[in-house]
This record gives sequence, C-alpha cells and structure tokens, in this order.
Amino acid sequence: MPAYAEDHPAIGTYPAGSSGPSVFIGISVPRTGTYAVQGEDELKGYELAVEHINSGHELIKKISPKTKKGVLGKEVKYGVADSAAKPNEAVQAQQRFISENKAIVITGGTSSAVAVALNKLAQREKVLFVCGISGSNDTTGKDCVRYGFRQNFYGQTAAAAISPVLIKTFGKNKKAAYLTPDYTYGHTVTKSMQDQLAEAGWTTVTNQVSPLGAPDFSSYLLNVANSGADVLINVNWGHDAVLSIQQAKQFGVLDKMKLVVPYQVPFLARETGGLMQGVYAATDYWWSIEDKYPLAKMFNEAFEKKYNYKPEWGAANAYISFAHWARMVEEAGTFYPPDVIKTYEKEEVIPSLVGDVHYRKEDHQCVRPVIIVKGKEQKDMKGKEDYYDIVEIVPGAGLMQKPDAFGCNLGDYT
Amino acid sequence: MFNWPNFVSQVFNGLALGALLALISSGLTIIYGTLGVLNLAHGAMFMLGGYAGYAAFQYTGSFIIAVIAGSLFVMVVGVLMERIIIRHFYQRPHEDQLLVTFGIGICFVELVRLVFSSDSKLVPPPPLFQGITSLGFLFYPTYRLAVVGIVAIALGVLFVVLYRTRLGMIVRAGIEDSVMVDSLGINVYRVFMIVFGIGAMAAGFAGIINAPVVSLTPGVGDDILVETFVVVVIGGVGSFPGAILGGLIAGEIISITSIFDPGYAYVMLFAAMTLVLVVRPHGLLGVQGRE
Repeated sequence: MPAYAEDHPAIGTYPAGSSGPSVFIGISVPRTGTYAVQGEDELKGYELAVEHINSGHELIKKISPKTKKGVLGKEVKYGVADSAAKPNEAVQAQQRFISENKAIVITGGTSSAVAVALNKLAQREKVLFVCGISGSNDTTGKDCVRYGFRQNFYGQTAAAAISPVLIKTFGKNKKAAYLTPDYTYGHTVTKSMQDQLAEAGWTTVTNQVSPLGAPDFSSYLLNVANSGADVLINVNWGHDAVLSIQQAKQFGVLDKMKLVVPYQVPFLARETGGLMQGVYAATDYWWSIEDKYPLAKMFNEAFEKKYNYKPEWGAANAYISFAHWARMVEEAGTFYPPDVIKTYEKEEVIPSLVGDVHYRKEDHQCVRPVIIVKGKEQKDMKGKEDYYDIVEIVPGAGLMQKPDAFGCNLGDYT
Repeated sequence: MFNWPNFVSQVFNGLALGALLALISSGLTIIYGTLGVLNLAHGAMFMLGGYAGYAAFQYTGSFIIAVIAGSLFVMVVGVLMERIIIRHFYQRPHEDQLLVTFGIGICFVELVRLVFSSDSKLVPPPPLFQGITSLGFLFYPTYRLAVVGIVAIALGVLFVVLYRTRLGMIVRAGIEDSVMVDSLGINVYRVFMIVFGIGAMAAGFAGIINAPVVSLTPGVGDDILVETFVVVVIGGVGSFPGAILGGLIAGEIISITSIFDPGYAYVMLFAAMTLVLVVRPHGLLGVQGRE
C-alpha cells in the first residue's frame, strides 16, 4: 500500500524526502586516507544493493519478499561523499545530503568515530542511519541511538568468538602484546579481547596505542619485541594494519610471537603479501562460506560479475544493511521513521548472507554469527583470492553482552 | 615498559627514525630557505618519488634504477611546477603560496590514486640490505641501518652543492639581493628553478628511499608532511643543519616517549615544537629575518 504524507506528522526528512518518485540515500565512505581501500569496497556493496533494489533483483526479493522495484515503488537515488574516515567530514557531508537532498536514510562507515558521530546526527535530525563498518562496542553501546542500526560484528562478539579458538590453539596463561589504534574502535576491541582472554589466565604485557594513520610503527614494535609476549594481537585496521604487520616482519617480531587479528581487515591478506598465512582472524563474512549459505553464493556471483573480484566483508555488510533497510520499509509500508524503527524492533528473524538474523530491540544491534578464519599457506590456496580457511562459524546469540552492559540508552522516536 | 635493553633500543631507533625524518625534511628546507616558498606539495612530491621508483622497480627489478628514476622524475616534476606555476608566486603573499602548493599536492595525490588505486604497493629493499642485523643489544632491520648511511651521504652531497659551490653562492646572493645579482648578468630566476628542482629531487629521493620502510599508498606523503613541518620548525625554518638536528630530536622524542606511554609520543613531539617556538621563535638553528 502506498504511503501518504498525511498518514503521519512530519519528522526529519519525512514526508519531503519521500513524496516524489524517488528517494535519496546519503553515503559517506573513506575514499582517501588510511581506510580508503576498505571504503571503496564498501561503496561497491552499497551500489550493488541500490542496483538490485531498483531492478527488483532475485537476491533482494529473497531478503525482502515484498520488494518489487525500488522501495515502496520509489526509485532509490544516492550521493557519495568522501569521509576520509574523519567524523567532521562525514557529518558535514551527511548534513548536506539531509538538508539539500532530503536524504531519507544515511549510511557509511569503516571508522567507529564516524559511526558514533553519524549516530548523533541521525538522532538529532531524525533521519535513519544504517551503519557501515564499525567495530566499536560504543556504536550500539553507550553511543547507541534510536535512529541507528548496525548489522556487522564488533569488539565484544569478535573477542567472544575468537578467544576460545586462541586459547585452544595457544594454551592458557599466555602473555599478549596489543597494537591499538587510539580511538573508540581500538580501545573497545582491545578491552574486549583482554577481558575474554583473562578468563584463561592471559595477561597483557604491553598495549601500544598509536594514532590513526601513524607513518611508522618502529618504536611501538621495539616495545613489543622487548616485551616477552607470546602473541601479538593487532587491532589496527586499514593501512595501519598493513604497515604495522609489514614492519613487525621487518623487525623480526613475527618470528618471535604469533600474530592474531581480532577484527579482520578487508584485503589484508593480499596487501601484506603472504604475512597472514597461519594467522587467526575474526570476520563478518568470507566469500567461501557460500558452500553453506545459498544467499552468500548469489551475492558473490552478482558481485564478482560486476566488479571482477570476490567481495570482502565491507561490501557484504553494506549490501545486506541496505537490503534489510529496504525490507523494513516494505514491511512497515511507509518511510515514516518511527514506524520503520518499530519494524526493526519487532525482532523478527530475517534472512541474511550468513543465515537468519535479527536486530535486538534494546540496542539495535544485529544478532549474527562471527566467522573465524585462518590464513592459508600459499600451497593450499585454490585460486588467487583463496586466502583463508573457515575455522568456525560461531552463532551470534551466545557472543552478545547483555543489552544494557555497555550503557545503551536509545532515546526518543520523535 | 622501562628496561635498559628497551631504552637502548629506542634511543638507537630514534637516531634511525631521525635520520629518515631529516632526509625527508631537507627538500622542504632547501626550497624554503632559498626561495622563501613554503611548499605544501612537499609530501605529495615525496609520495611521487616513491611511486615513480615503484614503477621503475616493476619494470626493471633494480632498486638502484628505482632510486634514480624516483629522484629524476620528481626533479622534472619540480622544474615544470616551478616554471609553470610557482614562479608567478614569488612576489605574492605567503598565503597564496600555501594555497597553490596545497592544491598542487592534492592533484598529485589524486592522480596517483587514479593510476595506482589506493592499494598498498611494496618496494622490497635491495638484496644486500634485506633481513635483520643483530647489534648485540637489539635486532634491527638491515635496511633501516643502511638508510642511516644513505641519508648521511645524501645530506652531505646536498650541503656541498648548496653551500660550497658557485651555484650555492649565487643562490644565497640571489636571496639577499636579487636585483643586484640580476644586474651582474646572472639570471636569478633560472637559478631559482634549479634550486626548486634540487629541492624536489631531495623529496623524490627521500620518497623512494623510504618506500621499503613503509608500504606506499597515495596518502603516504600526507602522513609524513606534518612531522616534516615539526622537524623544520624545531630545527629552524630554512636551516639545513637545523633539519638534521630537528629530525634527530623528533626521532628521539617519538621513540623515547613511546617507552613510557606510546599514546603520548606525538603529544610530546608537538609540545617540544611549542616549547621551541616560545623560547627560540626561529628554531634551534634558524636565523632571524630569513624569509
């Protein structure tokens, strides 16, 4: 049933943003800076989702059965801005999309600092924010908002999923060194890992905090080399992860201790040139799960046909986040934000690329599995993008903290 | 995490890091010290040197050719940039110079992104300098050790060219009184072009020498530009020995602070710069009045 403006009072960009034949989505991803590679991949996921929604692609219909073409029959248009992974740039761009283009939903990520800032913008402007990559516990924790939703995994679930694997592989009572980027993502992921591993007697011998985009990691790595650690847990992301791992190799650190990447970085295996072989990592999505999940197979095929490479988890997260949003709007039968939010909050079990999932009503976090991977040796790779073995797909429900554990208070609908 | 082996390691690392920073800063200080132009495209030219060297390495597999290609390419870019754009800005306010060089830098970065994408590119160190060397008190990447020597030689050559040759003398005379030098029959602006080319070449050389230490991305110069400015400000804007001293001080501050709390390494660097600006506004080895 079509939505009429007079059904609901005006709020945010409703009804102005959805009264014409099309609706507008504001996308901000880093296309420059430390997270540029991951941002481009994420953008491709958004673009494919928009294309599928507008054409009524078979995959979208499996996720959102009521979708025909577009969302509630309206064509989806979008604008893209470079956030450079900086909160102020992302907020400025999205404010412009909201004011000038009447964006009915905003999205973007690959930095939790950006995600937290856009959460606040979304709540203030009463425009939905469907979060891109964000690993901080705060995004659906202390900085959660009524208007924000996150599909992907995060510090707590990453740590809860990978820790048992690490304890089983390396043993109890190990000494860990951390490399931590100095913002909400780094601090919360490191804290979650420390908490989970402490239960098996693991201790932190050093935690090297570095600024985002650090040009050199030598002094941090010397501290790590001299720390006597058994395991190096590298929480850095994007090019920071690439550079710190390469320099760790140069300084002989990787010969002294085992490397672990608790929050996997898309394209890390390719960019580090073999240094991820044998390394454990937790991730949101890896293409080879397609043997188990038919929707993942459909997604991989569509993505590879368009872009000529296997999608990484940034693209997968972007795609499925939009697909879920389209479903919620179709189910609500309106773009009126409070009704769309309440549809998410029904906690209905819905399809995704990693099986059935649902969004938790208390914090708007998607309850979804975490995938543990291990870097393949060169000789075992069957194709140039076959970088990882799937070690385990850990169901999401048991990984989550209690909804109020990280101080989430969603705020008002109107 | 203080212990003596780590302290000695970090002091040594500060030296190596400082040598690298001094090399990167030298091009910036040459151009500013002689022409009075603060070149905000310096980071981008540093990056261009890395990529030109990377491209040459891909074709030839030779690190030496990569170094030559990286240096020469950026020198040519620098000369063209000076002839086409910068020479129109010598008599204009500093703000205009900052804006135009900043804009040129953005163009360079985005052009490289267009051609090479944002993916990291690897340039391996030459076979002779691969691996790790044991210094007794620490293991250190051999290439970083070699860089200290390479930097010392490169800075020595630059110093001789700029301060011990006829060219250098003309340049310094041109800065003092360009009208007088002009009337002596010397084409000052041609000399300025050469200096800009040398400064650019220093940036390009630093870019390719630094490439095996970091992995190349189009943003590699942006990250280093801020540190370079700190080095130049601490050492004294326009002072060549100042760039070396500033580089070593910056390297030591980053390394030694990180022993106690790595989160404060860059805070301390900026605090040191602030202190220098308060106590000696022209930097440790800077000369008052040089603009």
